[in-house]
Amino acid sequence: MIGYLNEIFSGTWSLFVGLGITIKYFFKPVVTVQYPREVLTMTPRFRGHIELVRDPETGGDKCIVCGMCQKACPSGCITVTGDKVEGAKKKALTRYTLDFTKCSLCGLCVEGCPADAITFSKDYNLAGPTKETYVFDLKKRLEERNG
Amino acid sequence: MSVHPEVIRLLIFLVGIIAFAALNAAYLVWLERKEAGHIQRRIGPKEVGWFGLLQPLADGIKLMTKQLIVPAGVDPVLFRIAPILVMIPAIMSFVTIPFSDTLVARNLDIGLLAVFAFASVNVLGLLLGAWGSRNKYAVISAARVVSQNVAYEIPMLVTVVTMVMISHTMNLTKIVGQQMGGFWHWNFFNLTASPLMPVAFLIFFVCMLAETNRAPFDMAEAESELIAGAFTEYPGMGFGVFFMGEYANIVIGCSMATILFLGGWDCPFGLYPGVHWFLLKMYLLIFTVIWIRWTYPRTTFYGLLNLSWKILIPISFFNLLLTSAMLKVFKP
Repeated sequence: MIGYLNEIFSGTWSLFVGLGITIKYFFKPVVTVQYPREVLTMTPRFRGHIELVRDPETGGDKCIVCGMCQKACPSGCITVTGDKVEGAKKKALTRYTLDFTKCSLCGLCVEGCPADAITFSKDYNLAGPTKETYVFDLKKRLEERNG
Repeated sequence: MSVHPEVIRLLIFLVGIIAFAALNAAYLVWLERKEAGHIQRRIGPKEVGWFGLLQPLADGIKLMTKQLIVPAGVDPVLFRIAPILVMIPAIMSFVTIPFSDTLVARNLDIGLLAVFAFASVNVLGLLLGAWGSRNKYAVISAARVVSQNVAYEIPMLVTVVTMVMISHTMNLTKIVGQQMGGFWHWNFFNLTASPLMPVAFLIFFVCMLAETNRAPFDMAEAESELIAGAFTEYPGMGFGVFFMGEYANIVIGCSMATILFLGGWDCPFGLYPGVHWFLLKMYLLIFTVIWIRWTYPRTTFYGLLNLSWKILIPISFFNLLLTSAMLKVFKP
């Protein structure tokens, strides 16, 4: 009999404790971010798709077309093509294609780049109707960013 | 040509009650979503209108524009009649509920009995709808609903009998009338009639949750196990009417708890008694009902039946005996 009543009391008490916890949460401020009306700034180590780094001196890319990123990529999603420019010592980048459908964001390309010419973008708002939307021309994107 | 004033009064109350039930169903869904949101530290609906206040309207339009499919193989009569069987008794119960000393559609002498008689039809609606759906989940749900309601009707009615013994009447207006004049006159604090009065209130409230199939006793509509239980095959407004009936039943249950235990339209400290106090108490109870839903997980079916047969029924019978003894000894 004592055990029976004891169980009822402790059970009822535990229910009230539970209600106490949820009502405390009810009056606390909300923690959700109202996307897309509010957006968080991504952390420095966030890995979006890669993009070319802007050279502050020339305004162009810093790529030396060594092809290290293309070799390092385990998925084979990077294609770099460059040309000899007359008068200049190094090769110039003509086209940098990233097939983001295959990319696993491992970052070996960024790690292996000797010129620090590529970095992770902070772009996560990606949506598109076709697969081809995700084949990025990074040189064109860099020019668009420069305006 | 003159119309009898009683006819006009009847029409006004009819329209008023249906509007009250429908408005409550719509805005309790809004309240439920808002409260659930804040308990989980979200915002809840906020896009449609200010604070999402037009959300119920959008939901209603969505439900009404959906096609009313009657699946092949269902019992055509039972399938169509079930939502109405849930909705109608809920609306009829409003007839006898006194919102204030003057605001009552029909002041029946057996108002209390009428409400609980209508409330028991609700189960029948769910059972018939589930049976008529020709769906295994619905049938499992029907079996659960019936055993659950049988189990919880007993302690609820025993508690109600206790209340009738204390107030010597089944007229709801008179029951509230006896509790006027401050919160210490409420039946909840009527400790001279029975020291177990708060416990009786708790039993009544728990049974009310179970009778209206609210979480944590929502075994009939256990989404994760039974899809939507009895409502599985109902599209559009068929489901909508069930839903309105459920919320109307919650309003009825909370109104009854307010009338029986919390003094109806009486002000706790004797200031301006009126319909606002009734609504305030009722909505506080409804807030608690929703608060409970978003606090506890669903019980198991055995846990549910054990709670009723092993705990609620013995305690409510003990309370009945204690109250009758106390009445005999202290109020000869």
